Amino acid sequence: MNGLSFDLAWTAPDSGFRLACAAELPARGVTAVYGPSGAGKSTLLHCIAGLRRGDPGSRIAFAGETWQTGGSCLPAHRRRAAVVFQDARLFPQLSVAGNLAYARRRAAPGGPEAAAVSAALGIEALLPRRPDTLSAGQKQRVAIARALLANPRLLLLDEPLANLDGEARRECLAALQAALGELAIPLLYVSHSIEEITGIADELLVLADGALLTRGPLLDLAGRLDSPLADEPDAAAIVEVTVAGTEDAYGLTRLTLAGEPLWVTAEAVTPGQRRRLRIPARDVSVCRTRPTDTSILNLLPVTLEALRPAGESHCLLQLAIDGQRLLARITRKSADALALAPGDSLYAQIKSTALAGDSL
Amino acid sequence: MPLTGDEWTAIRLTLALASVTAVLLLLLGTPLAWWLSRRRGETVAAIEAIVALPLVLPPTVLGFYLLLLFAPDSPLGRGWQWLTGEQLAFSFPALVIGSVIYSLPFVVQPLQHAFQRIPGELLEAAATLGAGPRDRFASVVLPLTRRSFLTAGALGFAHTVGEFGVVLMIGGNIPGETRVVSIALFDQVESLQLASAHRLAGGLVVCSLLLLFLIYRGGGLRPWRLGR
Repeated sequence: MNGLSFDLAWTAPDSGFRLACAAELPARGVTAVYGPSGAGKSTLLHCIAGLRRGDPGSRIAFAGETWQTGGSCLPAHRRRAAVVFQDARLFPQLSVAGNLAYARRRAAPGGPEAAAVSAALGIEALLPRRPDTLSAGQKQRVAIARALLANPRLLLLDEPLANLDGEARRECLAALQAALGELAIPLLYVSHSIEEITGIADELLVLADGALLTRGPLLDLAGRLDSPLADEPDAAAIVEVTVAGTEDAYGLTRLTLAGEPLWVTAEAVTPGQRRRLRIPARDVSVCRTRPTDTSILNLLPVTLEALRPAGESHCLLQLAIDGQRLLARITRKSADALALAPGDSLYAQIKSTALAGDSL
Repeated sequence: MPLTGDEWTAIRLTLALASVTAVLLLLLGTPLAWWLSRRRGETVAAIEAIVALPLVLPPTVLGFYLLLLFAPDSPLGRGWQWLTGEQLAFSFPALVIGSVIYSLPFVVQPLQHAFQRIPGELLEAAATLGAGPRDRFASVVLPLTRRSFLTAGALGFAHTVGEFGVVLMIGGNIPGETRVVSIALFDQVESLQLASAHRLAGGLVVCSLLLLFLIYRGGGLRPWRLGR
């Protein structure tokens, strides 16, 4: 086993909260740990980082090395698992450059250079500054750079964008995506926002009340009726699309999905790029024949795979198009009126969409 | 009227005693304060109480027990004699031991409070970047508490200069060995040499005031901001 594998339990000393969770993760790629606050996501990350010690009997192994087993526990500083914390945790007595050098000095040889990482995260101009003069978004980008410069074997991100909003969040996410793209190490990314991880994560672990609810590829879990993600009020499927071009006269970007065109508003795209598109179920409606006089631009021929009630008056549809999936949330009255049944060929109308990362 | 040779000897001895004591206290007090700052519980409370004891006890009580401890027929006194060939009681090393105990809280408490203000989160971040325990102490804790080390050292020094009761009990008033300024002053007053007493007392007041002023001003050092 090259990647990370763990089977761990952790009991809170006072509150009675207990985390019990086991999984094996591949040797590279981004695994998102998703769940509501209080689900134990950060606790899991801290146990893996070595900042908390799992209960006796817990086992953590990484790349053939045992990090915790029985009574022995490898200390955090020997694991080479860098953490990006929610609150940045920059050293206040050091400049930004000093913070980066701190990590670089202690890194195993062969890591990235400070100059390259600073450029990737757009923090070159901040290097002489003190952490207490930075904005929250700038601090977080420095913290990401510092973690990368530690040349880790495993990178753990604990809600890195949770303290940011609006523009700072978008910028930081874009910088993060750019910086992580080249990494050949496994990443664990804790988040309570599916939007945030849409463009980043390959695999998803869903945690609730300290237990692993389900796990699987993100795109698969986002588009299935039997996944816990479908129960959320803002459930949304995620599809992979290709950027085809822009329509500058209307300020729109043209994408293709299974050969069909889709128009969205998007920033900074280049034709030919593969991107992910998050389509909220409530923005999708269906019709039996292709409408010709509708204001809705995006129409996709789909097959109804499954449907189930969602709440008192609605139902949720799982739609397939060329191996990818969409979700649609319509009223039960409409579903009955259309006499929908699995296997039906339908047209999905998509009201509004934005590319992953643009809608944060 | 210039200071006499005896008075200079007493001043030199006092400064030597205070310096040696301050350095020893920083060496011993730092690990103790760090340990106390990172733990909670009955044992910690008990040790904190022992450290704070010199703050409330009359120095003569401490001096009395130290006198018994240093006596030539006590185990410690015999051991010292065997090791060094010299008597421990009424010696400079005895004064140093007494001063270290007497001034311990003045060094340990400021350090402990400074260490407690270091956010554990920063130490965690340092650990995940590959810094081991000693590295974390040197690279995170020390730079953030530099000012407290100066304060603690200066307080230990000043408090040792100002001690009287313990020295009176265990010193024995030997010129050049145990006769520090406070004892010399006491002798002068007893023998009604008031003019000399004024010089020594006034000098102590001015020097102590200056030192305390420097401590409170922060020695011109920049206090690190720990907030985010």
